[in-house]
Amino acid sequence: MTTTPPQDAQTRVPSLARGYRLQHDKVRDLWLIQAPEKALILEGAAPEILRLVDGERSVSTIIDALSTRYDAPRELITDDVLTLLNDLTEKGALRA
Amino acid sequence: MTIAAPMSLLAELTHRCPLACVYCSNPLQLERRAAEMSTENWLKTLDQAAEMGILQVHFSGGEPMARPDLPQLIRHARSLNLYTNLITSGILLNKDTLAALDDAGLDHIQLSFQDVTNEGAERIGGLKNAQPRKLEAARLINELGIPLTLNFVVHRENIARIPDMFTLARELKAQRVEIAHTQYYGWGLKNRSALLPSREQLDDATRFVEEEQRKGGLAIDYVTPDYHAETPKPCMDGWGRRFINITPSGRVLPCHAAEIIPNVGFPNVEDTSLSDIWFDSELFNLFRGTDWMPEPCRSCPKKEEDWGGCRCQALALTGNAANTDPICSKSPLHHTVDQALKEAGKNPTDLLYRRF
Repeated sequence: MTTTPPQDAQTRVPSLARGYRLQHDKVRDLWLIQAPEKALILEGAAPEILRLVDGERSVSTIIDALSTRYDAPRELITDDVLTLLNDLTEKGALRA
Repeated sequence: MTIAAPMSLLAELTHRCPLACVYCSNPLQLERRAAEMSTENWLKTLDQAAEMGILQVHFSGGEPMARPDLPQLIRHARSLNLYTNLITSGILLNKDTLAALDDAGLDHIQLSFQDVTNEGAERIGGLKNAQPRKLEAARLINELGIPLTLNFVVHRENIARIPDMFTLARELKAQRVEIAHTQYYGWGLKNRSALLPSREQLDDATRFVEEEQRKGGLAIDYVTPDYHAETPKPCMDGWGRRFINITPSGRVLPCHAAEIIPNVGFPNVEDTSLSDIWFDSELFNLFRGTDWMPEPCRSCPKKEEDWGGCRCQALALTGNAANTDPICSKSPLHHTVDQALKEAGKNPTDLLYRRF
């Protein structure tokens, strides 16, 4: 498996692939990604991160936004964001 | 017992279908067009489904594209934030009908193939020249960029061609492929002796799937057959736990084969709400949880993994839906499965086609 170098990883502009949708499940009160034949349940910071994934913001912009919002060090946020985005890209849920 | 909300709805819009597949798991008593539920009632049903917490709707049949209101139903489901999946033969799919579905917001398509060869496809589906039309359907779906899964139902006659099915899936740019062994309900049960594979064929099928999985780049969903297994499948992930099935006339079932269960009423969404049916009906509570279980299930450590297996299979093979699924090697009636395996392949030319 190849890992995207950190610099490239932050300039990419991610968006949900067609067939994948982020939504809030009001009955169970949780966030999930609807996908072919399944729903991926999102935990922790994942919903907050994915709500910024809109096909316009770069990964770097997303990290900055979260860093400001939570008044947290950029390095800490970066790790969370890249881990989530890589995982979802492998699952086919994200493109770019 | 707390009853969780359902996750998924299989909406069988119609039993009409241009194909006559010998493995079809629709009931032998197919519902005619005159009995089909109105558009208005399907729209209301979708409202209730979303309200209850259902996340995904699988539009199926029969051939759901035989209903001219399909785009309207999909559009409505999307407006309710339901994930919309179409399970189709592709025979009625052309540039215009597909554009209408795309415009309505369809999320995903599962396109069925009966085989990779014209001869095999015609023998199983009973329709001349079906294969080229399916190939064209796949091409059109790709052109619009709608995510595509190819569905292959496999059995004694086509297992050897599973590697070619993967090749076709890659050629047609499908993201996913489903290799599903025939499940023996409805028409499939009638044709069981012709369709049930040998142990060697099953081992071949599993090996083909594993080899393809190692290549990567194609998501594979493998539905195993249970006649050769020692433990039963967790059918529907448990009766009344996650799934709702609605027949063309609006009958609400815990699985698509449940209408064969005797001595119980089948509630209809035209006169009872989906929520009342799910939580309170006799049918949905009949085999829910573990309290209904006989021995050896009752004291089995796996009872909340397999949920006692399949009720319809217990009925079909042992005559009583409340028996342990005879697939289980601990079932006192496990010999009924051995008997079916012995009969497999004895009558390969005698196929019964799915017809009204």
